[in-house]
Amino acid sequence: MPVLTRLLGLLLVLVVLGWLVFVFVTGTPYALQQLVNGVTLGMIYGLIAVGYTMVYGIIGMINFAHGDIFMVGAFLSLIALIALSSLGVTSVPLALALTLLFAAAIAALYGWTVERVAYRPLRGSFRLAPLISAIGMSITLQNFVQVSQGARVKPMEPLLPGGISLLNDPDFAVQLSWMQIAIVVTTLAVLGVFTWIVTRTPLGRSMRACEQDLKMAGLLGIDTDRTISLTFVLGALLAAVAGLMILLYYGVIDFYIGFVAGVKAFTAAVLGGIGSLPGAVLGGLLIGLIETFWSAYFSVQYKDVAAFSILVIALIFLPTGILGRADVEKV
Amino acid sequence: MNAAAALLAVADLSMRFGGLRAVDALSFEARRGEITAVIGPNGAGKTTVFNCITGFYRPTAGALTLRHPDGTVYDLERLPGFKIASRARVARTFQNIRLFAGMTVLENLLVAQHNALMRTTGFGIGAVLGLSRYPAAERAAIDKARFWLDAIGLLARADDPAGALPYGAQRRLEIARAMCIDPVLLCLDEPAAGLNPRETDELTGLLLRIRDGGCTLLLIEHDMGLVMRVSDHIVVLDHGRKISDGDPAAVRADPAVVAAYLGEGDEDEAEPVAEGIAAPEIAAPELR
Amino acid sequence: MSATLRAASRDALLSALVALGLFGPMIGLLTAPGPTGGLTLVSRPAAVAIAVSTVFAGRLLLLLWRARRGRRAAYAQNRALAEWLNRAGRYVGPALLLGALLLPLTGERYYLDLGVLVMTYVMLGWGLNIVVGLAGLLDLGYVAFYAVGAYSYAIFSTTFGLGFWTCLPIAGLLAALWGVILGFPVLRLRGDYLAIVTLAFGEIIRIVLVNWVSLTNGPNGISGIPRPTLFGLTFNAGGGPGSFADFFGVTPSITHRIAFLYYVILGLALLTNWVTLRLRRQPLGRAWEAMREDEIACRSLGINITRTKLTAFATGALFGGFAGAFFATRQAFISPESFTFIESAIVLAIVVLGGLGSQLGVALAALVMIGGGELFRSFAEYRMLAFGLALVVVMVLRPRGLVSGRTPSVALGARREISAELVAEGRG
Repeated sequence: MPVLTRLLGLLLVLVVLGWLVFVFVTGTPYALQQLVNGVTLGMIYGLIAVGYTMVYGIIGMINFAHGDIFMVGAFLSLIALIALSSLGVTSVPLALALTLLFAAAIAALYGWTVERVAYRPLRGSFRLAPLISAIGMSITLQNFVQVSQGARVKPMEPLLPGGISLLNDPDFAVQLSWMQIAIVVTTLAVLGVFTWIVTRTPLGRSMRACEQDLKMAGLLGIDTDRTISLTFVLGALLAAVAGLMILLYYGVIDFYIGFVAGVKAFTAAVLGGIGSLPGAVLGGLLIGLIETFWSAYFSVQYKDVAAFSILVIALIFLPTGILGRADVEKV
Repeated sequence: MNAAAALLAVADLSMRFGGLRAVDALSFEARRGEITAVIGPNGAGKTTVFNCITGFYRPTAGALTLRHPDGTVYDLERLPGFKIASRARVARTFQNIRLFAGMTVLENLLVAQHNALMRTTGFGIGAVLGLSRYPAAERAAIDKARFWLDAIGLLARADDPAGALPYGAQRRLEIARAMCIDPVLLCLDEPAAGLNPRETDELTGLLLRIRDGGCTLLLIEHDMGLVMRVSDHIVVLDHGRKISDGDPAAVRADPAVVAAYLGEGDEDEAEPVAEGIAAPEIAAPELR
Repeated sequence: MSATLRAASRDALLSALVALGLFGPMIGLLTAPGPTGGLTLVSRPAAVAIAVSTVFAGRLLLLLWRARRGRRAAYAQNRALAEWLNRAGRYVGPALLLGALLLPLTGERYYLDLGVLVMTYVMLGWGLNIVVGLAGLLDLGYVAFYAVGAYSYAIFSTTFGLGFWTCLPIAGLLAALWGVILGFPVLRLRGDYLAIVTLAFGEIIRIVLVNWVSLTNGPNGISGIPRPTLFGLTFNAGGGPGSFADFFGVTPSITHRIAFLYYVILGLALLTNWVTLRLRRQPLGRAWEAMREDEIACRSLGINITRTKLTAFATGALFGGFAGAFFATRQAFISPESFTFIESAIVLAIVVLGGLGSQLGVALAALVMIGGGELFRSFAEYRMLAFGLALVVVMVLRPRGLVSGRTPSVALGARREISAELVAEGRG
């Protein structure tokens, strides 16, 4: 059975790779465009996925409200952008930087509050209680935004129109918009800072210690409550950045975007191997690419089905994800 | 004593985890109606051998042949895990006790008779409709449970949750639960760990009683006193290899065994053995 | 006391500050379409002031109340409530059943409609309880089976003209089949992986329902689904030959139909309960619970984990399918909108809030949550907001649910409740 599973998995990977080669050879520009779009979208998913994977790594729970923190981040960005433009800030980079700071700060406060109110009292309690509490928080945040900001879709004019053409084929020009460049650059910068925090700072060390063994870390004098709080804050920061990105990229948001994006980002985290930070980004990129290619070549309606099916298939063949630690069954 | 036929034949068993050879070309036999002890320092690969026999690991190489008294032969290395218990009737206990803590003592023993009971319920459907021989079968199952509870002295606690029992009682209950599948071979992984001397004595009696009932036993144990008292046959492992094999007296006298336990030329943690009798091991019971 | 007051005020002030940060932008600055079409901001300082002062007052009162009572007292009271619930369980169950049986005598349409709604969730809760509560398998996509049941009945009845009672078993079996199909790939998954995959399955089914227009009519849904009959008697509002009213010579009334629907769902729910209670006392049910406690030990005792898990999925799905078929016949119209993740979340919340594995707890939780939700009907906007907050509050106060103990399935002497601390919740 394991041999058969492995063979099937290998076959599947080969088929997908073969198909990709075929697509790239037969229609290079179109496929290249999808690659660019997929990477952009994947970066955003990766940013959200990091929040899931960090929290899961430390306290072993799905922070169901994380997708909604992302949604709140998008709304905060929208509010900040409108406020800045009405205040007369015309420089786009300045507006973006200020918006990023504002949205990240307030979203971090949301992340902190959610942990403090809904999860901390349940620490050490049995496993399903925090999950239900998290689902409750997710519903609360969604409906809070719906009540406070209205149920309607919020459109926004593109902030950075235009871009550069990469490959000027007579039939199809590959567009790399400024927006996409901004998204990829910002995401990489944010992830760089984040990696530095996790690997080089005392906070990062406490986080990794808590991830290994929460109880032991506590015994060794690490303030675990504080570390967990800061993990939520960091996750929310990244989610808020993703929120700003999605607002800039799609130009429309509503109170419901958190759920689907959240599920997909969690899928990305699982696909990459939950608990692994590079895995989360890798998983995000994969989900973004799969979704984009599927929409471009097969069917837009079923793009979410594609993403979810990949999750199911991946878990059958790679139960611990791509970069996850093997979960050896101790007998 | 040597006239008894082999119930379980382990031939060239190897188990590798990545680069680690946990068990390396191990061969030994467990003879019918005897108690065979597998001993060795920590990390010698004893539990790995058990996990291979009981289907929790699939061996990298080797054959595990079980010959029932009625002549049926089972290749354990090929059977799916649960069938090793249900068909080949090999039962086991665990180093870290694995009881159904939230179920009562009696329920634990009834779960062990699952397959026998399931057959009488028409696989669940008949029983829901009340069209079956189930009530009679359940009475019989309860009688069997009662028999074993009496044997381990827990009859009075039949309706208590298993997780609320004291440690020693939990160990005994796990053995009783394993016996409820009517095994031909019972594998016990450190049954005396964490027991006090009186409990160990009771355990000795229980093991001998099980053997006299016709069940073959395979035993991993660090308490050399217990091992020397009950074993008919001892297999000594070190670093996944067999270093000695024979009756207690022979093993006790084997220089290789003494060397392994004293750790000659070996930096591994060694357990001092004076003339083959272990200093009482300070085994911290792993309470969950 | 004044020291307490001072400390509490400071804490409450901090909370108010946090609330100001949270609510300031989100409530205070409303994004609304401006005169030129683009979005503009409308400031609402009063709303922020109300929200922030509510947080301040709420936090202050909570702290003062806690200081007066002491934490230990709160714990003891919680404990006492749990014990009372466990003891009262013997009388609460029959009392609830009696109330449920007699409800239609009120003749009030409002209560009947509410009763049907609550009973549907009781049934769903009991169905999911088999999977989550007994077998310990965390399923976040239970709504998929509900949807399969509903669509099976809707499609079979509108295409082939089959009646409700013919379709009910078909719908249940199809849902059970899906339970097995979806169960296979997730057999090896544990805990949260299982949760997320089942969630994904639920979403996949919903997306397929939305997009497979030729079969499901897509987002527009299926309408004109026939109502159930009582041994061939219909419940037409206008009476007429072959109708219930005509046969019994009473005035046709819509209440008859709703009362009939109510008894149908009550019967189905009681069937679910009866089957669950019976199975619990039998090898299969015991194997489910044993699997929840320790899967490895189960394997060592010769229990086929694959089969045991699949039967749990299938049995849970079967009842989900029945409930779905009932939902379709009650509404006479279904669309994918009724089968979103939130439904799965509500049912799971009912099971956890009720206390895993407890039949009475699930019924109480459904009554409290669905009935309680009705209180907010007049503030429709705030209903889900309150629901979400209630989930958090209830979990924080009673993480183990209302009825947390476990009753042994068999005993030599008297059955004694097993405390929740010993009962495992399953890793799968």
